[in-house]
Amino acid sequence: MSVIRASGGLDCHLMSGCGFPAPGAEIFQFDALLSFHVGPVAFEVSKVTVLLALTCVLIIGFFTYAFRRPKLVPRGAQNVGEMGYLFIRDGIAREAMGKEGDRFVPFLFTFFFMIWMLNFMGIVPGAQIPVTSIFAIPVAFALIVYLTWVPLGVYRQGFIPFFKNMMFPPGVPKAMYVLLAPIEFISNIIVRPFTHSVRLFANMFAGHLLIASFSVATFYLISASVIGILGSVASFAVTVALTGFEVLIQALQAYIFTLLAAVYISGALHAEH
Amino acid sequence: MNALAAVSAAVVAAGGEGGEEMPSVLAVPIDELIIGIIAFVIVFGALAKLALPNIKKTLDARADAIEGGIKRAEEAQAEAQRVLEEYRAQLAQAREEAASIRTQAQADRTAIIEEARSEARAAAQQVTSSAEQQLAADRAQATAQLTRQVGELAVTLAGKVVGTSLTDDARVRQTVDDFLTDLERQAAR
Repeated sequence: MSVIRASGGLDCHLMSGCGFPAPGAEIFQFDALLSFHVGPVAFEVSKVTVLLALTCVLIIGFFTYAFRRPKLVPRGAQNVGEMGYLFIRDGIAREAMGKEGDRFVPFLFTFFFMIWMLNFMGIVPGAQIPVTSIFAIPVAFALIVYLTWVPLGVYRQGFIPFFKNMMFPPGVPKAMYVLLAPIEFISNIIVRPFTHSVRLFANMFAGHLLIASFSVATFYLISASVIGILGSVASFAVTVALTGFEVLIQALQAYIFTLLAAVYISGALHAEH
Repeated sequence: MNALAAVSAAVVAAGGEGGEEMPSVLAVPIDELIIGIIAFVIVFGALAKLALPNIKKTLDARADAIEGGIKRAEEAQAEAQRVLEEYRAQLAQAREEAASIRTQAQADRTAIIEEARSEARAAAQQVTSSAEQQLAADRAQATAQLTRQVGELAVTLAGKVVGTSLTDDARVRQTVDDFLTDLERQAAR
């Protein structure tokens, strides 16, 4: 519905006298299919909520199926799942934390595959909205990471040493601490969760907006003119190319988010040097 | 950077539409936040409890199997090395033995030859000495016999010259003896 709304309606084309209906923030708004209250909070179930639930089911389903009776010599789904598991364990957890990272593999595994799948929803026909382009979702994930590494750091290093190690890194002239300590505090404690969530959100948001813009252009430029037809074809080509590009970005952003989570946890486990 | 620019543009666009009730894309409704957290917790819980322990166990078992295999191979190699060393030692020992046997044989041969040679020498000595004795005895006998025959012949000859028999005359015998003794003395000189 929102796409047609964004495209200015079925009759809006180049020569029909209506301007280019550039898609905006409204393509990230979805009508509530269902709404209910739990205590003081009003919940709305929209297309995005449904896609989120679907993602959960798909991920849980696939991996419990793939790892239901794992064999020493893997085949089929186990092979694929194992590749994912080893990627997270060796490529992210151990890379950031060493052998100690093994404990955090399920945590990071969940993040990577959930985010990847939620991103992927952006190019699934019918779904066509990256769930992570709804800001609340990356915020929720970044919040979980934040509420993991901060208490973990306090628990492992002690309250004072945790902040001391963070704000007063060794090997710096003493006078620099006047400048450095507040910067470190602000960048780690305040800015970090924000950048962590915005990086994912903004990439998926922008990618979706670009694809939507060229899709709308493809539709809008269909008209009885050479320029219009050529423009429409070109826009369509760009839409296809951008979609391919998005596949890359989706995986990359899931990886970056997960890797940063691992790095934050690693920093909490041991004082950074 | 592009992404951030696009976001701010969208935010401006969203704000610009004004009239409609359009929340900012950067708004974080509490219900969406809660749903997001719940979704993560459910997936995390399910994977961490149902799926991932299985595969972790399998991967550990596989690592064990591979490491165990490597360890076994190492052990087998060490065993082979040990046996090889043993064989080498035995071979060296056998060579040493052969060499000592050869040396011994050489020594034995020399000894045997030496013994044989000395035995032969002794035998030869014996043969020589007995031959010499025999020779000496024969000579003595011949000399004695000759002496006696020479006397008799001389006497016979002298008798024939003189014309009478001088055979049983003690004086004649004495003369002959004296003459022979004289001869012997001259020969000895």
